[in-house]
Amino acid sequence: MKSTQDQSDWDLVIKGHSSLFDLKFNDLWRYRDLLVMFVKRDFVSFYKQTVLGPLWFFIQPIFTTIVFSFVFGNLAGISTDRVPKYLFYLAGITSWNYFSDCLTKTSTVFKDNANIFGKVYFPRLIMPLSIVVSNLVRFGVQLLLMVCMMIYFYFFPIPKTSFHSTEAIFLLPFLVLLMAFLGLGLGLIITAMTTKYRDLTFLVTFGVQLLMYGTTVIYPLSYAREKGYGAIVELNPMTGIIEAFRYAFLGKGEFTMWSLGYSISMTIIILFFGIIIFNKTEKNFVDTI
Amino acid sequence: MAKPVIQVENLSKAYQIGQIGSRTLSKDIDRFWQTKILGKEDPFLKIGETNDRSTKGGSNIVWSLKDINFEVSQGDAVGIIGKNGAGKSTLLKLLSRVTSPTTGEIKVKGRIASLLEVGTGFHPELSGRENIYLNGAILGMRKKEITRKLDEIIDFSGVERYVDTPVKRYSSGMYVRLAFAVAAHLESEILIVDEVLAVGDAEFQKKCLGKMGDISRGEGRTVLFVSHNMSAVQNLCNKGIVLENGGISLNGSINDVINKYLLDDINFNQSKIFYNQDCKEVNGISKVEIIGSESFHNHNESIVIKISSDLPISDCFLGVALLNSHKSKIFTTVAKVDKKTKELICEIPENILLEGSYSIDVATFNGDLVYEYLGDICSFQVVDLVNDYKIYNGNIGDLKIDCKWLVN
Repeated sequence: MKSTQDQSDWDLVIKGHSSLFDLKFNDLWRYRDLLVMFVKRDFVSFYKQTVLGPLWFFIQPIFTTIVFSFVFGNLAGISTDRVPKYLFYLAGITSWNYFSDCLTKTSTVFKDNANIFGKVYFPRLIMPLSIVVSNLVRFGVQLLLMVCMMIYFYFFPIPKTSFHSTEAIFLLPFLVLLMAFLGLGLGLIITAMTTKYRDLTFLVTFGVQLLMYGTTVIYPLSYAREKGYGAIVELNPMTGIIEAFRYAFLGKGEFTMWSLGYSISMTIIILFFGIIIFNKTEKNFVDTI
Repeated sequence: MAKPVIQVENLSKAYQIGQIGSRTLSKDIDRFWQTKILGKEDPFLKIGETNDRSTKGGSNIVWSLKDINFEVSQGDAVGIIGKNGAGKSTLLKLLSRVTSPTTGEIKVKGRIASLLEVGTGFHPELSGRENIYLNGAILGMRKKEITRKLDEIIDFSGVERYVDTPVKRYSSGMYVRLAFAVAAHLESEILIVDEVLAVGDAEFQKKCLGKMGDISRGEGRTVLFVSHNMSAVQNLCNKGIVLENGGISLNGSINDVINKYLLDDINFNQSKIFYNQDCKEVNGISKVEIIGSESFHNHNESIVIKISSDLPISDCFLGVALLNSHKSKIFTTVAKVDKKTKELICEIPENILLEGSYSIDVATFNGDLVYEYLGDICSFQVVDLVNDYKIYNGNIGDLKIDCKWLVN
């Protein structure tokens, strides 16, 4: 079985072990149509056979906002930095939802798609990426809801509250990217580990809920600092992103280059680590799942 | 010789059998400590056992494939055959990159499309048309490629009327037709097909086989095909590989491979004399024998079958059916047994059977009542040293019939 061709003649070499940093990005690019298909599939199958269809995208954030305003605003009396309560919570929920959706849904990618992954090859990273993009649709709808609410409160302001959007609003695409990548990176790490240790799936479902309380979704960072917990909350890379998001739209929030810089570097580290561990797992996970 | 497009070198794949999941963390840490820190050999891969599912092994690691080497040239249609658990599916999984080898490597030239299952990724809520796009994209097609071939695909599938209906409303046959239609129109240089043709009706199966034949012969693309259906393999492929216990036992042209494979099977299981251990009391048959010491019979000799019984048989019919190597019945001959007898002789005339391996069914019965049925016993070979039918790759059927010809 001697080959007369040299190594460079082969288009593809399948081996047991390859370099850790061989991330196969050109493969990913070749399958970009598949990404679009998956996004379309997710979107269509989401509202098929429902009466309200895409309206469901609105219902969840509206009800959450109302409940949060009642519990944390009225009952607990946590300050919202003199921003209208509904806007304050909605801004937090919208951005937190996007992050947590990206995280929880990518964290079960291997388990949910074991069947299809076991039968056909395509760059596995397409699947989590498509989840991130699908969720973007939902995020967009919720953002629209928030803008509508901002317009409403602009014309009918609540006394003793104020808000104004700032030029940081141009950072929005960048902030969205950060949320997506942070959720994606964490999700990739978790899904890679759940192929062997299922325990983590249980952790994710309630862990994400609990983590929300460690992020400035239901309280402003200034309030946490006042109580002496500022340092802990700021350790959470999502805090910087949500604060920047709120500052961009509502003009309130502790938006500093330092906190955003911290979030950026954490995101890059987590995403990089996530992709590497994901790529390492994808090759053999079919045997263990 | 044509250029190789797939080259497999020392390919092995180990699987852990038994319980996976309990206490894996401690095992993993132990393994990590042993291999990475202490630099020892991986304790889990040390014990090299062949993959034989019927014997009980000492370790919980099996080598599903062990040191496989072969080459496939461009335009070849290679049939991969073997018993259950011989490693066929593992080989296909490695080739289609679903999982990666433990050791060794596979080098490939050109795009591979694999069809380990039809309809992978079909979404029940989406319409047929949307699923064509989705499935096509999963199999590696670009969107414009699919659009270009859409009409052809719909036409091939034969489900035009339902193409805008969600596939959850499809019958399973329609589902499979649509799925195969997508796969059949892949523009890949190498096509890997697992036993997916076991579905769909006979007409569609024929269509699929025909399409696959076109792909390998007409378009010069390379096909790897796994099946238990010997005649499908023989029709479709020109090369064959037999896997046995994780290794390659035969590799060569398809007819050689299939004949040897079936012969091995026969030699292992059967001989020309069959003793019935479980002989029935009424009209039972205790022994069937094909006369002659050689295992080969020349085509111009008659074949004599001696059927004997310990207790006399009477008032029944005795039937002998001849089976070809694919275990299909070629003909049946029946004798009426009126008076008590302990021995019958059946003679198949000379110059009837063509070269090949055969076996027989023997039964005693009367109307609906079956006294004794012995299936697929007494294998024998017929050789033809005179005639040489080169056409049809040597597959010329089973019977030699001298027909009347009129040449105008």
